[in-house]
Amino acid sequence: MVWVNAIVQGVLLGGLYALFAIGLSLAYGVMRLVNIAHGDFIVLAAYIGLLVVTTLGVHPFVALPAVVVLMFLLGYLLQRGVLNLTLGPDILPPLLVTFGLSIIIQNVLLESFSADAKALEIGPLQTASIRLGEQIAVGWFPLIMLLAALALTVGLELLFAKTPLGMAFRATSDDQQIAQLMGIRNRHVYGLAMGISFALIAVGGVFMGIKTTFTPDLGPGFLLFAFEAVVIGGLGSFWGTFAGSVILGVAQGIGFQLNPGWGILAGHLVFLAVLLFNPTGLFARTR
Amino acid sequence: MLTVHNLEAFYGDFQALFGIDFEIAAGETVAIIGANGAGKSTFLKTICGLMRTPADTVRFDGAPIGGADASEIVKRGIALVPEGRRLFRSLSVEENLRIGGFAGRSGAWTLDRVYGLFPILEDKRKAPAPSLSGGQQQMVAIGRALMSNPRLLMCDEVSLGLAPIVVKDIYDALPDICTGGLAVIVVEQDIETALRVSDRVYCFMHGKVSLAGRSAELSHEQISAAYFGL
Amino acid sequence: MSAAERDYLIERVTLASRIGIVLAIIVIAALISLPWWGESSTMRLIVEFICYLVLAQMWNLLAGYGGLISIGQQAFFGIGGYSLFLLANSAGINPFVSILCGGLIAAAFAVPTSAVVFRLQGGYFAVGTWVVAEVYRLLVMNAPVLGGGSGQSLRAMLQFSKSTRESVTYWIALAIAVAGVGLVYWLLRSRFGLALTAIRDSEAASESQGVDVRRYKLLVYVLAAFGSGLVGALYYINTLRIAPDAAFSIGWTASIIFIVVIGGIGTIEGPIVGTIVFFLMRELLADYGSWYMIGLGLVAVVVMVKWPRGIWGFVQQKFDLRFFPVQRRVRFLEPARPDQPVSLEN
Repeated sequence: MVWVNAIVQGVLLGGLYALFAIGLSLAYGVMRLVNIAHGDFIVLAAYIGLLVVTTLGVHPFVALPAVVVLMFLLGYLLQRGVLNLTLGPDILPPLLVTFGLSIIIQNVLLESFSADAKALEIGPLQTASIRLGEQIAVGWFPLIMLLAALALTVGLELLFAKTPLGMAFRATSDDQQIAQLMGIRNRHVYGLAMGISFALIAVGGVFMGIKTTFTPDLGPGFLLFAFEAVVIGGLGSFWGTFAGSVILGVAQGIGFQLNPGWGILAGHLVFLAVLLFNPTGLFARTR
Repeated sequence: MLTVHNLEAFYGDFQALFGIDFEIAAGETVAIIGANGAGKSTFLKTICGLMRTPADTVRFDGAPIGGADASEIVKRGIALVPEGRRLFRSLSVEENLRIGGFAGRSGAWTLDRVYGLFPILEDKRKAPAPSLSGGQQQMVAIGRALMSNPRLLMCDEVSLGLAPIVVKDIYDALPDICTGGLAVIVVEQDIETALRVSDRVYCFMHGKVSLAGRSAELSHEQISAAYFGL
Repeated sequence: MSAAERDYLIERVTLASRIGIVLAIIVIAALISLPWWGESSTMRLIVEFICYLVLAQMWNLLAGYGGLISIGQQAFFGIGGYSLFLLANSAGINPFVSILCGGLIAAAFAVPTSAVVFRLQGGYFAVGTWVVAEVYRLLVMNAPVLGGGSGQSLRAMLQFSKSTRESVTYWIALAIAVAGVGLVYWLLRSRFGLALTAIRDSEAASESQGVDVRRYKLLVYVLAAFGSGLVGALYYINTLRIAPDAAFSIGWTASIIFIVVIGGIGTIEGPIVGTIVFFLMRELLADYGSWYMIGLGLVAVVVMVKWPRGIWGFVQQKFDLRFFPVQRRVRFLEPARPDQPVSLEN
């Protein structure tokens, strides 16, 4: 039974990881951009959430939309102002620029907030849970995260499949030159893609800040989780990313149950195994 | 409608076009022929904005459009059917057609009219674009360009890789396309077809215009000389 | 214009390179003699400098010539370091010999590692190499025999006197520096280098010309791992204490990236210039803690947006300076016009 609980907790953890990962999947899918600072922006979102909560005195759930809007704007401006200038045949400039951003964010946060652990408080909801039998507890908040991740995944799939913007995203991703011939302004489309990616990061960051305490240096770890989830799930599909996130969460959960020092390592090993034996990922839909 | 004067184009340090002069009026069909590497595709890319050039080397309705963003030029009414079709792989047939209309120009070309022109596409409207045959993909590419209701349509080697019967079917549809004053530039390797469908023809060689004239009036010898440089 | 119409020479040597060779010989001679007239701290600093320099050269080889952007070289750096400690402390092998072994063991680890990471491309390859480095770090941290999270000291060095320890470490470092730079320079002038450049420019075209792309990439990856492992062992024989969080830290990659951003990749002088600037900045600004790091990050962002070839790459292009010429230049000799060197590289 304790193993079933480990798996259940892993699935719930996968919900948080999915919130981390779908933004990364989106940016890569549309622009082939790997944002090394992705995890650091998640942490940044949590700190922005903290700022909103402390200055306006509101509940983190109320602060969430504000953080989403702010992060959307930040993502759009960052893409148009900086990242668009680095996109091209050479993959080095975007990697190095986002690497530089990662260092900047971590240290700016360190200077502004110090290395003390911070948290976003939501009161009793944080630890409230549903008991399913003796050894299995489903926390309300982790469940909310999982459902939010699910809803956002569905939303993204619908956006891509049914809306003109989604068509523009897919076309630009397929052939950005010919997309221009359709009247699509690439720079703007990339900006929107990054903006949405950042909006998703915002949700992940605020929820992360509620679930756990956070410090400026957590970014790189989150990037690796998001990245592993995307690779395990396979490229080209948000459902795949969601599934990959859950698998990663379960792997970590089982590993943690075996030995607390092995949780994250177990996730890494599952990632490596998928790479070795099924390199396109388990649910790949792409080209 | 479109005038090109002293157009030069470069790929890095490599010069592909050396001072091209060209013009086309409303309702005309003009063919461009020439061997591989002569610069025909480069020429079309420069006009539709995929390659940079000084502003007043290309004028559309008198206004300089050289070097403008491709996404702006299509809104003015210049559409390209690219070499090799280049359909959007992730989109269905119908989505490829719809996206052709994103430029927001109004006009006679609608989804229904394109399906009327190429009925087979309506049967396959939901199919993913890569699943179609070469000829059908070419129809989608042409339809996609038409959906932007252009005033100038540029077709880059639509016969490439297609069986002669398919090429014939496509070019047979050309008169139905050329209504309402639509100007058409046809880049072709097949000289006979090019001469048959066009009013005037330009021959490119090594990035320069080696011959220009009315299609009906040029002789075999003139064309061979211009094409092969003999 | 047919070949019959003009004569041309293909040559590599430039005036700058001739001056460069003379300068290099003078500098190296001075450096070799340092243990007799210099201070310990100077020697340690130079060893550290050499570590960063060779790491940057290895990264340059991987990224600039192999087209493999790795942000996980710290994996092999750490493996090299820990190999040194294992062999010297536990197996009683001479520590100086163990430096070489560190490189070899890292190279050995690179083979199975490549089987995994080569499944990925581009940016995903980069992050994948980071994951692998993290795996090594976690494995070492959970291995008590390696000292676990708190690391271990290089007790095996106690058998040597301080001056012997410092001098021999220093000379080995010099040898590694010369060998490292020299090897990369030689490689790139050879057919191997030509193949690498071709692969970097176009994999598909290279394959069609009979270049075994996979084998070359593997060779470059293993070679870079060897160099990184060698440097890892050298660094920790210099500092005498190792711990997993430091040895496998992404910070190594961050520093290398900064060096490369300043110096540009694809040249040999670039990493040298970049390392010098990096050390200067460190000496000047280290007191400012996070602001120093923010400064480094800002420099990286601004430089890569404005000068994607690095500051040195930009200078080099503008003034056509080549101290380590690897590109072949075509010099047209035309009777009617004076010699005009024309270089045919991108």
